[in-house]
Amino acid sequence: MSIIWAIFVKDLRVEWRNREAVASMCVFGLLVVFLFNFAFETGREETLRMLPGLLWIAFAFAGILGFNRSFAAERDNSCLEGMTLAPIDPSAIFVGKLLANLLFLGGAEVVVVFAASLWYNFSFVPALGWFALIVLLGTLGYAALGTIFGAVAANTRMREVMLPVLQFPVAFWVLILSIDATSDALRGMGRKANTAGAARVAGLSLIFAVVSFLLFEYVLEE
Amino acid sequence: MLPDQVRAEWTLEAREVSKFFGDLVALRRVSMRVTPGDSVLLYGPNGAGKTTLLRTLAALARPNEGEVLFAGESLARNRSASKAHVGFVSHATFLYGELTARENLRFFGTLFGLGGLERKTDRALDLFSLRGRDREPVRTLSRGLQQRVTLARAFLHEPDFLLLDEPFTGLDASATTNLEDVLRRLPEEGRAVVFSTHSFEQGAAIAQRLVALENGQVRYDGPLSLAPLESLGINAVSGKHSLIKE
Repeated sequence: MSIIWAIFVKDLRVEWRNREAVASMCVFGLLVVFLFNFAFETGREETLRMLPGLLWIAFAFAGILGFNRSFAAERDNSCLEGMTLAPIDPSAIFVGKLLANLLFLGGAEVVVVFAASLWYNFSFVPALGWFALIVLLGTLGYAALGTIFGAVAANTRMREVMLPVLQFPVAFWVLILSIDATSDALRGMGRKANTAGAARVAGLSLIFAVVSFLLFEYVLEE
Repeated sequence: MLPDQVRAEWTLEAREVSKFFGDLVALRRVSMRVTPGDSVLLYGPNGAGKTTLLRTLAALARPNEGEVLFAGESLARNRSASKAHVGFVSHATFLYGELTARENLRFFGTLFGLGGLERKTDRALDLFSLRGRDREPVRTLSRGLQQRVTLARAFLHEPDFLLLDEPFTGLDASATTNLEDVLRRLPEEGRAVVFSTHSFEQGAAIAQRLVALENGQVRYDGPLSLAPLESLGINAVSGKHSLIKE
């Protein structure tokens, strides 16, 4: 646990010093929500239909920026390789970086949701519990994929382009399920529908997280 | 560090190691055994395979053929076996630019599970005269100071085997002298050092054993004093290697 914590704290410290990841994620997420607000005149029903997809698009693109930055710091002086010199389980590196990515993306999501509630004049409060749970579960799966694909892309030449090319085809499924479940939550569907939606997102995210955890060791191989 | 009687049984060994990068043969059936107390100069022209051999010994690169063993155990079966006992300096610093030298050492010390981390961090900083600069972000330090922090990182966990690839890079005269003294002391402490440098004279003044590499193959492995320098293409007076293509 101390290894995971050390990697997590190191990532927070690096981010606090350069403020590159979270700032760019927030700005990008806000721009997506802002531009859509001007592109479409929305009433309550249109907002309900559009908002889940819009939010997850903003989360997805903001996440890509964050995952790229997360591994840029590791790439600069071959720090990821430096970590592998230590007698630690490579999956500890994965978990430490996943926790940091979750925190950064979670922070950006709070800012985006707050802005969306203002610009679309939409209250998330009635569905906040289910909405927060689904966003958390979907973000877990998405960030797990971003952490492993970020490590893969870090070793390629066109890494900024490579990450979305690798990530989106796989993350598509967790995004689709998350949009669907978010839509149900915001529409105030019953407990049964929300539980089923959250369970589907949780199941897929758990699969992605476990598979990424198990495969990370091989990604670190030269 | 290990107790003397235990340490004596620990060896780091490359056995018939070959390494390919596509069609390029970086190492061809290289065998080399390092025991505690060894001081080995790895010498050869550019592209001879020095860096690849050091990376393979440090378990950063996996050989395509042959195996690397630590204390008789193959690293192919247990890659972590040697890690706590090996310190490695590469061309890359492995340092986070946004963190200070002290924070970098603390971080890597935690990864190595070191007890008495503050004391060991202070000792490593002192070893390379870094006190006073240890609270500045590494990215603001000169190349030479960054190299000293890199060396401090490699020495932090007091490894029994030090694998140093061009450790004198960027160091000024005083830091170079300091590092030479440190490297000379290591065998007396029962620790082994394998290092590469392009200055044969400098390396020969430290090491007792020479491993000469050329085109990925070992051309000589033995005491420096007995090395057939002329046939290896090494000019002992100028310290130049006739095969080094600058």
